[in-house]
Amino acid sequence: MVAVAFFAGALGALGGAVAVIALRNPFYSVLALIVHLVSLAGLFLLLHAEFVAAAQIVVYAGAIVVLYVFVAAYIGGVEESLWEPIPGQRLLAPLLAASLFVVLSIAILGTGLSALGERGPEIQLGFGTPSEIGTLLLERFLLVFELVSLLLLVAAVAAVVLAGRRREEAAGAGNGVAGPAARPEVRPEPARAGSGLEADHSGGGAP
Amino acid sequence: MAVEWYLVLSSLLFATGAAGLLIRRNPLVILLCLELMLNAGNLALLAFARSLGDMDGQIFALVVMVVAACEVVIGLGLIVAMYRRRLPLNVDDMRGLRG
Repeated sequence: MVAVAFFAGALGALGGAVAVIALRNPFYSVLALIVHLVSLAGLFLLLHAEFVAAAQIVVYAGAIVVLYVFVAAYIGGVEESLWEPIPGQRLLAPLLAASLFVVLSIAILGTGLSALGERGPEIQLGFGTPSEIGTLLLERFLLVFELVSLLLLVAAVAAVVLAGRRREEAAGAGNGVAGPAARPEVRPEPARAGSGLEADHSGGGAP
Repeated sequence: MAVEWYLVLSSLLFATGAAGLLIRRNPLVILLCLELMLNAGNLALLAFARSLGDMDGQIFALVVMVVAACEVVIGLGLIVAMYRRRLPLNVDDMRGLRG
């Protein structure tokens, strides 16, 4: 029974991962990521990590994937260019990934870890439950907990700074709002397009 | 199931994410591949936590999830900023910092 559940979860996780990198449309890649994450949460349940599995569903499939879907819908479809800076990179990359898998497997199975080959000790009652996690987070790992909350705060501020409007854009938008009527010609679209073109030249024009 | 099944699956998922990171050019899909690799690491952490009967690995996995969320927020903010400046959404064209 456990083996059946494991192989079902492994198949879902692996199929989702392959679909993420194989599908052309980024929107479908995001949807494949949901399959991957839900299958992985099932595997977490098999490992007696109930709280982590719930957090995986809530945080990833609930929040991060929604963020991805919004951005994928915002930027629309992007065609991938066929130009490669390194010749044959698309052929060599799966080869490198396969060799990475072989090396990792050799490293895992060839090592003398004492835990290999057995199911692990009998877990005590309450292993992986929210109360145990909370006790650990607030007693033994309190500093980690606080640092992580600080990191989240910094990331939120950085996202606002990165994706927010520039100062001149905000000033232009403010003028548009303060005007007596909606005047589409004062919208800062031409200026932004010009700066974008310059950046495009300096970015992609290098041989 | 013995722990090495989970570890081998974790390394397979990690290799898949690495392959996608090398193949794809869209920064959005590259962020998705980073997620795949972080989740593979999480799976290995939880497998070791189960096999050792120690819950520290689960705390580590939760911290990895928070760091992944921060990374996604920054990455998506960069992608939105690139889109608003009409920059090409292709990591090979974004070579303004190349020496």
